[in-house]
Amino acid sequence: MASVAHSFMKIFRGSSAGPGQIPSPAQTTKRLSRRSSGLSELAKSFASEEPLCVLDLGSTSAANIRYLTERGHKLYSEDLLVASTDPALAIKDDAGNPVLDSKRFLTDNLAYGPGQFDVVLCWNLADYLDESLVKPVVGRLWSLLKPGGMLLAFFHTHEAGPDAPCYRYHIVGGDSLEMQHVDPRREMRKGPTGVAHTAIGTGVRLQRVFNNRHIENLFRDFSSIKFFLARDHIREVLVVR
Amino acid sequence: MDTPKTAEFAHIGKSVIVKGELTGSEDLYVDGQVEGSIDLQGNNLTVGPNGQIRANVNAKGVIVQGKLEGNIHATERVDFRKSAIAVGDVITQRVAIEEGAYFKGKVDIGKPEATRPDFKVASGVAVGGGSPIAGVGSRTPVTDTKKV
Repeated sequence: MASVAHSFMKIFRGSSAGPGQIPSPAQTTKRLSRRSSGLSELAKSFASEEPLCVLDLGSTSAANIRYLTERGHKLYSEDLLVASTDPALAIKDDAGNPVLDSKRFLTDNLAYGPGQFDVVLCWNLADYLDESLVKPVVGRLWSLLKPGGMLLAFFHTHEAGPDAPCYRYHIVGGDSLEMQHVDPRREMRKGPTGVAHTAIGTGVRLQRVFNNRHIENLFRDFSSIKFFLARDHIREVLVVR
Repeated sequence: MDTPKTAEFAHIGKSVIVKGELTGSEDLYVDGQVEGSIDLQGNNLTVGPNGQIRANVNAKGVIVQGKLEGNIHATERVDFRKSAIAVGDVITQRVAIEEGAYFKGKVDIGKPEATRPDFKVASGVAVGGGSPIAGVGSRTPVTDTKKV
């Protein structure tokens, strides 16, 4: 665990807010079912006898933990979207524009050995992550994957619109997902400090829309890329290191 | 696994700060701060809503309602309640995660001989079944173990 002392101090500094100040989660929002072609491709790997090492970059999902550990795989869970809202990451670039400190972000997060993972589940992270973090995160994910390892990511198309809701994705079957709407009015996400992140609380907004060329450029260091276009204005992308 | 009743476990109150190795032969409820290591083999640890733990934990079962930074090795079960903030690796037989819990780390569900892994989701539906691991279960307390 990198920067354990730093993470630990963040926990204690954040404790003044107290868990009592964090709004309790609202009732679970209804989940929508969705078939995923990208997940169906990955399911072939999940069915293997050999235990895989899987990195899930969405918020904590009991369903994903269950699905993968029941099949003998190890699951690592990191909510990078929440981590990216840490106020300590805010800096200014040379032009004085507010950006996020990607070096610090990658010191505190995704701190694993190279070539550790067989699969990375990126979900819709790239669409909602701050601009200054997207490329550094993808670069780090490339190094964390084993040769031949796969990464699954979802990207909205232009038709989805700027108000496309943010979903958590829960694996419920070989090609089946449940989508849980992240409703900021009813769910405040909290990070390791225990403090509710207002950036998440006031709205998880789509940061950008990638076109195919942008996606290919983003994953140019990967050996292959497959696109699956779905009817719900989501483009599923499966890349192989 | 429910939070133990007051009379049945050792209690670290929310104003208490402990640094060092904690070992015990009874259940432990921590609502204060602990830094070091916690070894309760055969017994349960509960981290209360005010609890802040920076320690590796070795126990039979672990319930987290507060903050825990460290690796958890629970021979039976780990429960993350909705107010839990946990960072570290988990090795256990069963995991239950309530909606709202924050977890960052690895989950490794061990498969003991002659038992199946069991998993309980937030809705309360148990998946699969399992009997206690052979050789692990309630233990006769060791009276000469250092207590909190």
